[in-house]
Amino acid sequence: MSQPSISKSMTIGESGLAVVFAVTAFFCVIASAKALDAPFAFHAALSAAASVAAVFVIVNRYFERPAALPPQEINGRPNYNMGPIKFSAFMAVFWGIAGFLVGLIIASQLAWPALNFDLPWTSFGRLRPLHTSAVIFAFGGNVLIATSFYVVQKSCRARLAGDLAPWFVVVGYNFFILIAGTGYLLGVTQSKEYAEPEWYADLWLTIVWVVYLLVFLATIFKRKEPHIFVANWFYLAFIVTIAVLHLGNNPALPVSVFGSKSYVAWGGIQDAMFQWWYGHNAVGFFLTAGFLAIMYYFVPKRAERPIYSYRLSIVHFWALIFLYIWAGPHHLHYTALPDWTQTLGMTFSIMLWMPSWGGMINGLMTLSGAWDKLRTDPVLRMLVVSVAFYGMSTFEGPMMSIKVVNSLSHYTDWTIGHVHSGALGWVGFVSFGALYCLVPWAWNRKGLYSLKLVNWHFWVATLGIVLYISAMWVSGILQGLMWRAYTSLGFLEYSFIETVEAMHPFYIIRAAGGGLFLIGSLIMAYNLWMTVRVGEAEVQMPVALQPAE
Amino acid sequence: MSFWTRHQVFEKNSIILVVGILLVVAIGGLVEITPLFYLKSTIEKVDGVRPYTPLELAGRNIYVREGCYLCHSQMVRPLRDEVERYGHFSLAAESMYDHPFQWGSKRTGPDLARVGAKYSDDWHVTHLTNPRAIVPQSVMPGYPFLSKTEVDPDAIAGDMRALKTVGVPYSDEQIANAAADLKAQADPDNAGSDAFTKRYAKAVVRNFDGKTGTPTEMDALVAYLQMLGTLVDFKIYNEKANLR
Repeated sequence: MSQPSISKSMTIGESGLAVVFAVTAFFCVIASAKALDAPFAFHAALSAAASVAAVFVIVNRYFERPAALPPQEINGRPNYNMGPIKFSAFMAVFWGIAGFLVGLIIASQLAWPALNFDLPWTSFGRLRPLHTSAVIFAFGGNVLIATSFYVVQKSCRARLAGDLAPWFVVVGYNFFILIAGTGYLLGVTQSKEYAEPEWYADLWLTIVWVVYLLVFLATIFKRKEPHIFVANWFYLAFIVTIAVLHLGNNPALPVSVFGSKSYVAWGGIQDAMFQWWYGHNAVGFFLTAGFLAIMYYFVPKRAERPIYSYRLSIVHFWALIFLYIWAGPHHLHYTALPDWTQTLGMTFSIMLWMPSWGGMINGLMTLSGAWDKLRTDPVLRMLVVSVAFYGMSTFEGPMMSIKVVNSLSHYTDWTIGHVHSGALGWVGFVSFGALYCLVPWAWNRKGLYSLKLVNWHFWVATLGIVLYISAMWVSGILQGLMWRAYTSLGFLEYSFIETVEAMHPFYIIRAAGGGLFLIGSLIMAYNLWMTVRVGEAEVQMPVALQPAE
Repeated sequence: MSFWTRHQVFEKNSIILVVGILLVVAIGGLVEITPLFYLKSTIEKVDGVRPYTPLELAGRNIYVREGCYLCHSQMVRPLRDEVERYGHFSLAAESMYDHPFQWGSKRTGPDLARVGAKYSDDWHVTHLTNPRAIVPQSVMPGYPFLSKTEVDPDAIAGDMRALKTVGVPYSDEQIANAAADLKAQADPDNAGSDAFTKRYAKAVVRNFDGKTGTPTEMDALVAYLQMLGTLVDFKIYNEKANLR
């Protein structure tokens, strides 16, 4: 296609970003040289190298590209930007497998402690944050970024805003993951669960996240549709609230700007409350609102049915985001947190059951008139089963938030089982379903390489989840009951270590379940890889057939 | 105009939608968190709680670094079995100088809020080096490398200064003597140990890992574990003192 000749020059974004990265590289070299501890020196050097690479890539991209930037539309059709989506989708699969693998390792360590190898960087305490961050933020985060960039473009019928900005978001986010993950192995952590990265990683994430919000909002600004599609409300709530939570939970004072250690501004009770306000809403807004956005786009799309009820989605949206924020204190029942806060947290957690099931009903009932597709389309089956798991764990959650139930379940494996029925069943399956849809769409393929393999993935992973959560239910309730068991003479019946010993068989079953889930994800990776490699390209509809709008 | 028509203002204006989301999600946090900073009943006054000594602080940083909080809680709940198993339920004041808090969320191992003075130093050193040497059924990782790594006594003053800025009441004297105090606590023959115990009430001076020379990470971690839950004397603690 011949473009009208215009003189080629660097955009402000290209030159500005190249200069910023050059300056960053300079400061990172200084920081690395003056570092007080080895992990900080390593991270500064890594950042310097990444900044130099970024400058090189930006300049090289400038020389390679045509004079004009990619057009917003080609022949009246939006010219969608798929590059950053492909990158994020690829990283999601990569981090997913890595995160599931580390999960399998730490599950095995609990069954066979010799696997800790008595080395600092292989011990459970350092690998566990690696597992949680890899699956939640690396796998889940990349799925969210990839799908949100896809959904916002398609539902606004506009090209993703910015030229380098979307790339900055996807690459910058994955660089954050790299810093966080290597930090855990080297013992760099502020010990706040699901917010372990230290101050410098937090600062970097803040910058990336603000750019993410701007790209997303600017794309909505450019929309050709009068209405903002419901999935985008959920994505917006996810992006905005995660920013608020991140800033609220993480203010910390570094001991030195040349060292990794910092001390969180909050202490004791206030810190506990901030932490679980953050922690529970990382579940509520990262693992729920964001993935509900996926549900609201991918389930109707795959089922080729409209969303069951638009009004229900309005009620669902506002009720969910209003109620979720209150639920944090149920992580602190019977602690030194004041009773009034605990009671408020419990009350709102129970109320949260309603909007959660409203969302589930909206997702499931979208299938009405298309239930037969569950027999023929394993991708749709995966999406629908994920919504069913969502319903199950959002019933279990409010139940466990009731104080008397919590007095038994808290500190036991029941919590771990609950988290995983949500994480593997809901977040995992809805992500897999979305990836099975997204990869053929983004790479312009007619369909998946093999639906049969999707079927295998579905059943292997489902069996894995069932083994996992049932083992954790039994071990959790068993241990909770053993802790409070009394003999007829009124003495505690079991020593603590006897309750640890009783967990052994269930830890083996759990590890087996996790292994099956990992195998399922490997099947998916192969299937997606083959879809991209050998899949038949979809023929674009001739432009003349496009209706005028 | 029906409710559903009115709602279109959110559906058609991204900025109004973002502002709406911000307002709606702000409420819960504001109501639950803000009062904790000013309600006096949140942290009731208790005698005995003091900031960590330099060596204990170094030990606490190792506890954080190794992720101990992932398997051990530090929060005894006021339930019959817990009070009998671990001791008096935890008071808010006992973790008021913890940045961040270490209450934990899982008990793969037992609660440690009151583990201090329960076992001997030798027990801890052996157990941390190889847990299964003492408790055959244990699933805890071994930490033999702690005995081989020395603590840098000169680094700890910076940590105390940072903690002071975020609200922990370290005195200038405590910060000025941080390095000397760190060494003194792990060495009963040290000339500075008297001055040290004056600066930190109830602090225990012992050679925790049994080895001479600069304190190791094992010294620091055991010193931290041995003070957990020991600051408040429950023989004289009056639980009715704060009732209103």
